[in-house]
Amino acid sequence: MITAIYASLFYIATLILVGGVAFKVRQYALTPAPLKIAMTPAPTTTGGVVFRMFREVVFFESLFKSNKWIWLFGYIFHAALVLVLLRHLRYFTEPVWFWVGLIQPFGLYAGFAAVIGLAGLWVRRFTVERVRYISSPSDHLMLALLVAIFTSGLFMRYVERIDIVALKAFILGLLYFDWQPMPADPVLMVHLGLVITLMIIFPLSKLLHAPGVFFSPTRNQVDNPREQRHQAPWAAKMYPRASSGE
Amino acid sequence: MAIFDVPTLKDFLDIPKIQEGAMAHSKPFVASPEHQQKLGFPGELVDGWEDKAIAKFGDLLGRYRSLQVYMDSCVKCGACTDKCHYFLGTGDPKNMPVARQDLMRQVYRRYFTFAGKWFPWLVGAKDMTKKVLDDWYSYFHQCSQCRRCAVYCPYGIDTAEISMAAREIMDSVGQGQKYCNEIIGKVHEKSNNLGLPAKALKATLEDLEEDIEDETGIKVRLPLDVEGADILLVTPSADFVAEPHVDGLIGYAKVFHQAGASWTISSYASEAANFAMFIGSYEQMHDIAERIRKAAQDLGVKRIVVGECGHAWRVAYNFWNTLAGPFDFLDPNYPVPMHICEYTHDLIEEGKLKFDKSANDHMTLTYHDSCNVARASRMGDKPGGQFEFPRDIIKAVCNNYVDMAADTIRESTYCCGGGGGLLTDDLMELRVKGALPRMQALKQVTENNGVTHMAAICAICKSQFAKVMPYYGFEMDGIVSIHQLVSNALIMDGQNTGEDPEEDPAPEKETDKDPKTPEISAAEGP
Ligand code: SF4
Ligand code: SF4
Repeated sequence: MITAIYASLFYIATLILVGGVAFKVRQYALTPAPLKIAMTPAPTTTGGVVFRMFREVVFFESLFKSNKWIWLFGYIFHAALVLVLLRHLRYFTEPVWFWVGLIQPFGLYAGFAAVIGLAGLWVRRFTVERVRYISSPSDHLMLALLVAIFTSGLFMRYVERIDIVALKAFILGLLYFDWQPMPADPVLMVHLGLVITLMIIFPLSKLLHAPGVFFSPTRNQVDNPREQRHQAPWAAKMYPRASSGE
Repeated sequence: MAIFDVPTLKDFLDIPKIQEGAMAHSKPFVASPEHQQKLGFPGELVDGWEDKAIAKFGDLLGRYRSLQVYMDSCVKCGACTDKCHYFLGTGDPKNMPVARQDLMRQVYRRYFTFAGKWFPWLVGAKDMTKKVLDDWYSYFHQCSQCRRCAVYCPYGIDTAEISMAAREIMDSVGQGQKYCNEIIGKVHEKSNNLGLPAKALKATLEDLEEDIEDETGIKVRLPLDVEGADILLVTPSADFVAEPHVDGLIGYAKVFHQAGASWTISSYASEAANFAMFIGSYEQMHDIAERIRKAAQDLGVKRIVVGECGHAWRVAYNFWNTLAGPFDFLDPNYPVPMHICEYTHDLIEEGKLKFDKSANDHMTLTYHDSCNVARASRMGDKPGGQFEFPRDIIKAVCNNYVDMAADTIRESTYCCGGGGGLLTDDLMELRVKGALPRMQALKQVTENNGVTHMAAICAICKSQFAKVMPYYGFEMDGIVSIHQLVSNALIMDGQNTGEDPEEDPAPEKETDKDPKTPEISAAEGP
């Protein structure tokens, strides 16, 4: 019963996550940017833009310029999240990929780091008056959700270990459509339930910042408006003019 | 002097405590039906405006990727909350960039997202009501679209894009802003923001020619509507009449003269400014840009040079090619358009201009990077040229130059407080308070480095500073044009040496500090 419920929820959540993000990415990609609005100084070549985007996504460059505390907590959280997600690949691969094995110990510490990062961000929502003003209930709930996911995960690792062999069988069963029983551990049920919730919320919430950043025209445009004419399809239709002939 | 409290300059800038509603009363005059209709907007708030506003919002979401992505992506991290000069100057929390965006985002969520349709309380979604519209009108006219917040946002969320969209929606339902819409109407009818007719323009230019001749003994021309000239100069109309703008115009004329250039001003395109950007109207912006193309074609020029103006340079540099291009009828050996600072900079590099820097020795200069030049344009081939070219020019013509604090210049520059269509007397309180961060930085270099004057290359900055600097205890003529400095120092061939007896032009640091030291116009060395 539990297995059936969780298994179906996982499929549904995956569909919503993948479908939802694909929908938004498509929407972003298809919506034209009619004007050149690169934040200057901006790169004058595509290669330069790729490098700018790389620095933005990998180092949070703008945030670093902006506010060292938010950068620190945000960076700790996101870096830890990546490690933890990679560590979880061991539940999805058989045999476990070599490098996934290598990062296991780091992934463990990362769980704690992520909670520290989230806690730092959450504390700011209460203590910094300006951030308190802009926070809505959903911002707090999002943090609560993430903290709960991480702490329940850490709990299963450090306090009450669960049967990870059975868990892995369950997950691989989901992947290969060959359902295996899910271990009936309450903490695990909470952990997975929250992960499912997060997957569903992702394309409906501010978590869209993840795909969004790649489509931000102030960051991803090449600074070459004088050299290359840039025109949105709707604008070209409104004001057709192929070349300048009198 | 004012019916509001002018902020006091302390030793450094504090981030203010939040004061809810501190600026809720600040609203510009609403455009009259006449001004609205001239631009094709409804005369006044239409029946059923709520639905029409939402429909327009939806339309813009489909046409502007920036708007769509920025509505979705904000994580409320708070990094931008202390970056806006209007927040720093007023403490009104709705002047924090994210809170300003949220005025629009709350409506976006309500009508365009699943979460806002079903759980409005959870994500702070709100219906489009009169109260919301009032907030929009107030606070989207407290954004100068300077893009400082976007530098610091991890996703590059640009509040300027959002405030332009909000203004466009308001225009489309009949609630436009008088200042911008009246001016745009004037450009269509009378070719420039000031409504200066061609005749008056001609007389003004002739007067300036006389002034220059009186001063220098040289016939420097300011040609109008000369067919077949090589260069069309498009400059903000404030350059024709306002101080210190006009001194800059004299500077351009002298540079063209010394370079032996054939150039002209157009009475049809006698305006570089394009206020349509401020109201977010692609159509209006297009129509104004087309005037420049037409003037260039009618006069048969080979190049277009743009005078000192911030948002105009943004439109010219970033948008002209899009709006009114392609400019393949112009000489491909020069960038289209070219900034007057690029033009002068090139001449300086080629060694074609001779200067007597001591002519500016009565001043110690600093430079205010105008937001649109700094964050929405470039000069030269290299990124960041927009910071170097103006400074290079100042240093080539002045002996005493000092930068303001690093976090207040270049890409981090603070808006003058009057950009984005807010340079109107009905927003005086906002303008004065919004100037606080810049005034603070200026005070620091005034006290520590003896700075006496601040140079700028934006017509709006110049007008704004001339007006608000006195509120903070600075002289109103403490703001100067860069080409005014060029004009002071430039030695044209055959120029008078002035009435002053020749003195040793070597700068004497001690006396430089006194702003009242008489102008030394020794043109040639001893
Ligand atoms: S664009 Fe400038 S004025 Fe507008 S919110 Fe951002 S910092 Fe403030
Ligand atoms: S910095 Fe960007 S993401 Fe952060 S609160 Fe401001 S607008 Fe939102």
